Amino acid sequence: MAESFQFDLVSPERKLASVQATEVQIPGADGAMTAMAGHAATITTLRPGILRVVHTGGTDEYIVSGGFAEIGGENVSVLAERALPTDEVTQDAFDAMVAEYRAAHEKALENFKNEPGPVDDAARLLADMVAVGTHMGLSYRE
Amino acid sequence: MPSLKDLKNRITSVKSTRKITKAMQMVAAAKLRRAQEAAEASRPYAERFNAVISSLAASAGASDTAPLLLKGTGSDQTHMLVVMTAERGLCGGFNSSIVKLARQRIQALKAEGKTVKILTVGKKGREQLRRDYADLFVGHVDLSEVKKIGYADAQSIAKDLLKRFEAGEFDVATILFSEFQSVISQIPTAQQVIPAKFDAPEDGVTTDYDYEPGEEEILDDLLPKSVATQIFSALLENGASEQGARMSAMDNATRNAGDMIDRLTIEFNRSRQAVITNELIEIISGAEAL
Repeated sequence: MAESFQFDLVSPERKLASVQATEVQIPGADGAMTAMAGHAATITTLRPGILRVVHTGGTDEYIVSGGFAEIGGENVSVLAERALPTDEVTQDAFDAMVAEYRAAHEKALENFKNEPGPVDDAARLLADMVAVGTHMGLSYRE
Repeated sequence: MPSLKDLKNRITSVKSTRKITKAMQMVAAAKLRRAQEAAEASRPYAERFNAVISSLAASAGASDTAPLLLKGTGSDQTHMLVVMTAERGLCGGFNSSIVKLARQRIQALKAEGKTVKILTVGKKGREQLRRDYADLFVGHVDLSEVKKIGYADAQSIAKDLLKRFEAGEFDVATILFSEFQSVISQIPTAQQVIPAKFDAPEDGVTTDYDYEPGEEEILDDLLPKSVATQIFSALLENGASEQGARMSAMDNATRNAGDMIDRLTIEFNRSRQAVITNELIEIISGAEAL
């Protein structure tokens, strides 16, 4: 049995999870990472993706976007601007999230005509969001 | 002296008023509980968020390249006041006390020769401030259609505010709202959100974190979110305060209506007795005259 640590997932509106976890897979901005007990203290921002929590009672999956994760030796807190358990995500909720990123992408296209940086970033976030949907069997509607 | 009929009408009317205030009090009590739960649910997020961002700000904030949201524009000439009030009245001094604080601020800032701009959230504050400061208004956020305040509402206000900041419309932004203490006490509060101000991290153990991506990128990403988070907490505090204020105002109104009914009933009974005595005297003196 792997060592466990305290894991909290909070969104501004509610606390989604507070469990003793053994393993948490976090969609970090610089790539996915798995945090286990004793992980080096890290703060990373999140990109849209699936957060997977392995604890004694099984595995939970959440869709998260925006925010950051704080990894300490004995606890991991994820603060996500939007977070929903994957089984609560409906096509409508997903569409709303995609729409937000699409709007951000369009805005970036408009504002930064000759700078590819911000536009690429926004496009990547949008693609991430769409990929999450595909992973969950939700379709991307134009 | 009012007639018996008048008194009776008066009593019925006060009784129906009491029914209404009683109902409003109970509705406010139920809503207050919900508002408090919402405020409580948002607290863990806000606390963690502030803890992280204040330690980040402390380490990265001093550099010259720190984001504008943190170090400010270098001047404090133009002030933006975000006045948050309720959409409805009948909640005691709730709206007025926030507006009063806003007036004081505006006067103080004007006396210092600063430019003041006002953004109102909630209809009541706009109505009261418009009388004197209509020329300072730059915008209004209407939340009357919103049943339950969500993070998205706070986000849209924050977005609006940040857009104005980037456009150079103001240097300092302060939000004015009412902090919920208890049902009988709500404290009008002013809180500066731009440039961000954080309590210094508690002394003692500060963990050395690895940052992914860099410290400053994270700060860049989180500062706008911090504005939204602060506005969200303020909105929730305001919601709880409003319901608390309404509840105690309506409780008082109900009690006053009860007192009034008692007084009117006594008066009614006295007049009725006087009428009976009068009639008796008339009958007796009529009989004696025969």
